[in-house]
Amino acid sequence: MSTARPLLKVNHVSKRFGGVHALENVGLSIQAGDVHGLIGPNGAGKTTFFNVITGLVPADRGHFELEGRAYKPTAVHQVARAGIARTFQNIRLFGDMSVLDNVRVGRHVRTQVGWWQALLRTSAFAREEAAIVRDAMALLDFVGLADQAHRTARTLSYGDQRRIEIARALATEPRLLALDEPAAGMNATEKVALRELIERIRAQGRTVLIIEHDVKLVMGLCDQVTVLDQGQLIAQGRPEQVQSDSRVIDAYLGSAHAAYEAPHEQPADDDDAEIEDDDEDEGARAPEGGRS
Amino acid sequence: MAGFLHDHAATPAAFTPIPVDIFIQQIINGLVLGSMYALVALGYTMVYGIINLINFAHGEVLMVGALVSWTVVTLLADSGLPGWVQLLISLIASVGVCMALNVAIERLAYRPLRNAPRLAPLITAMGVSLLLQTLAMIIWKPDYKPYPILLPDEPYEVMGATINLVQILIIVVTAVVLGALVFLINGTRLGRAMRATAENPRVAQLMGVQPDKVIAATFMIGAALAALAGVMWAANYGSVQHTMGFLPGLKAFTAAVFGGIGNLAGAVVGGVLLGLIESLGAGYIGDLTGGVLGSHYQDIFAFTVLILVLTLRPQGLLGERVADRA
Amino acid sequence: MKPAQKLPFFLLSAVALAVLPLVLQSHGHAWVRIIDIALLYVLLALGLNIVVGFAGLLDLGYIAFYAVGAYLFALLASPHLTENLPAVAAMFPDGLHMPIWVVIPLGAGLAALAGVLLGAPTLRLRGDYLAIVTLGFGEIIRVFLNNMDMPVNITNGPKGIDRIDALSIGGVSLGEPWTIAGFTLPPVTLHYYLFLGLVVLAVIASARLNDSRLGRAWRAVREDEIAAKAMGLNTRNLKLLAFGLGATFGGVAGVLFASFQGFVSPESFSLQESVMVVAMVVLGGLGHVRGVILGAFLLAALPEVLRHMAGPLQAMTDGRLDASILRQLLVALAMIGIMLARPRGLWPAPEGKA
Repeated sequence: MSTARPLLKVNHVSKRFGGVHALENVGLSIQAGDVHGLIGPNGAGKTTFFNVITGLVPADRGHFELEGRAYKPTAVHQVARAGIARTFQNIRLFGDMSVLDNVRVGRHVRTQVGWWQALLRTSAFAREEAAIVRDAMALLDFVGLADQAHRTARTLSYGDQRRIEIARALATEPRLLALDEPAAGMNATEKVALRELIERIRAQGRTVLIIEHDVKLVMGLCDQVTVLDQGQLIAQGRPEQVQSDSRVIDAYLGSAHAAYEAPHEQPADDDDAEIEDDDEDEGARAPEGGRS
Repeated sequence: MAGFLHDHAATPAAFTPIPVDIFIQQIINGLVLGSMYALVALGYTMVYGIINLINFAHGEVLMVGALVSWTVVTLLADSGLPGWVQLLISLIASVGVCMALNVAIERLAYRPLRNAPRLAPLITAMGVSLLLQTLAMIIWKPDYKPYPILLPDEPYEVMGATINLVQILIIVVTAVVLGALVFLINGTRLGRAMRATAENPRVAQLMGVQPDKVIAATFMIGAALAALAGVMWAANYGSVQHTMGFLPGLKAFTAAVFGGIGNLAGAVVGGVLLGLIESLGAGYIGDLTGGVLGSHYQDIFAFTVLILVLTLRPQGLLGERVADRA
Repeated sequence: MKPAQKLPFFLLSAVALAVLPLVLQSHGHAWVRIIDIALLYVLLALGLNIVVGFAGLLDLGYIAFYAVGAYLFALLASPHLTENLPAVAAMFPDGLHMPIWVVIPLGAGLAALAGVLLGAPTLRLRGDYLAIVTLGFGEIIRVFLNNMDMPVNITNGPKGIDRIDALSIGGVSLGEPWTIAGFTLPPVTLHYYLFLGLVVLAVIASARLNDSRLGRAWRAVREDEIAAKAMGLNTRNLKLLAFGLGATFGGVAGVLFASFQGFVSPESFSLQESVMVVAMVVLGGLGHVRGVILGAFLLAALPEVLRHMAGPLQAMTDGRLDASILRQLLVALAMIGIMLARPRGLWPAPEGKA
């Protein structure tokens, strides 16, 4: 294992929801260029971990470092700005917008022409808009959806929507791409394509953190794996090490071992429920913008 | 309302110690107003708890209740029946009409939009509100109509303040009705079905509850309460008109949010508190602001409370109870 | 429409729009006046469209910005302040007569400020609550306008402010008929051209904002705020920007209204009006500029068209149905009916460009 400074270093992360210890003293370290898998049975806290490091849910405790610099994951948009982009377990696209527009929104955070320039249609505006279209199309091409650019996003197949989401996240030029169960609900063919896409993303030198239930996918893809069970870290290391770890086997066989064997049909950790749960305390706060 | 408030425009701006009788008077006014707010707030909160919709048209149900009651008592004016009987008959008529109206509205305007984008039912609700006001204006004509005095109106003295029979009845009847509602919600099958649907409609359905029926029942109960509040309002303030439901409706909604939307106890607490705040505020605002702001600003109290609550404690005083909509 | 067809279409429309009032005014000024009022509503609807249509924020108190613009102009271009506040009379011995090039930007700016202030408390509220709070703000403003005649008479309360100047452009007062090249243009027609010009600017501004980084960001916030945040969008600032920019249109419309009418009072800025403008935007086609213009025109012109039909109806129903009641009835039915039949509006944005 390289001793270079990790891209993401997180430790002592704890989060309680009421009486439930969603996360207890969890930590991990991801080297740049790695694909790091986060696995564990249902309810292990994987999505909560994602939500915590990206700022969607505040942690009770934790230390967070991105590229050696500490960050406080309090504002979601700032975390994205700093370089962590994510996809969601239940795909969250801008459904009524075109495929291209979805990815163009991803470019927002790395562009800066202001609205007054848009009003005046300055040449700086025109240049940047052209660049945005170019970059977005390049990304769509990368994920294989360039020909779908002008279709309404929600009319595409589930597998394609997932790829739009990934393209959109890549548009933000993330240091870390965090994928929450990208293979959920996919059939075998789609999974192969997804794996191939992630390999290509890795080949570009990107760092990926991936939650997955499909163990085959994870083991074949990941350089390092972290295993959670009931909010606690139970194993961490190379896939082969983790696979034969007795605690891991216990965790999976002890609970619903369908998660270990069968392809995962129904997303287990419901991140939307989590976000909504949190908002029960906040009442009138909008859990999600236009969606309901 | 004006008759019960002392005219603070006439009071010097220098701070005078608060006389107890004025204070008690405002408390009484506040409780009366708050009772009516509570009744209407319950309708808002029950509907919101069950289908996540702010029924903008709910205030108009109060108005319809008041106007129907007025029509009935006007028709019965020469019948020779004692005042309280007339009132009672008109109340039954109001409740009946309002219940039917509300169920019809739910069925025709809201139910088809259960799965529509968020904005659509809100617009429809506003349309229904406008429609009811306009129809009322057409049917009853735009003028303010005096509501006859049907109950003996001698004032009783309470610690230097006055209260009359109507006001006493308002407070008492509200308390009784609330008791009945508690029994309904906690002790009957319908009540259980309502609670279950409010908490988790899908699971409730699996248990054999028919959501459409429960929702219709919720609208009916809310309408009955609002109709009752409408009759009370008419009897207390002595006049009815097609615009009378709008502001009380808004304020009652504020009360529901104040107490915690979806929370029945919250609606009551919110309603009574809002009534008290408005009354005391209107009474003392002249003193508090050195004469700059007069009692005509009292309508703003409700909105100010609303904005403060939603900014500082959006779940309301007693906490929200909204269904899991995922 | 193919690009080749666009230019002739625009030219034809431009000519038609330019000639319209001249044609109508021969049938009576009333018709031109109707179009003028409709244009003001179009301006309001376009502004609200930015808030509701683009950014998805249901503002039920939008009329407050109209009021801000209107009262600003009323105060700066009428004898009210000089007659009621001796300090002001001393500063402006010739009276207050702000010129158009000062007061329109000022109205826009003040409205923008109001937009940001009123929008700020609503940022974390979900849709329904946001609607109610903005409604509350609208009402609060109206109550203040109605009551700020004591102790210092600022707004003249329910009596309103009258004797407001007409705007003048380049020395030509819009309040007097103007003769040019043998044509006599009455004030209604002069105002028409001014209003039309500003509406055209508003349309261009809306379209340009929509098709830009900001427009896409707003739509993202409208679609899914959490996903938008996760992509790095500062949704708080985006919402404030929507409130502010949307409000400017209202403020400008208010200035125009005050000058056109010569008189303002709190009655013109009721919740009913806010709801009307919301209806125009939603029924027209949320977020779609062309649909919004259609919605505004339909709902604004309706009462006037009805006025001609209302005569016989009024007689039939013993005076119960007059034009304004009919308008209310039809607006209410339209709101319910259109939402049930076409929840996305009469002329929604084409797919993929929502």
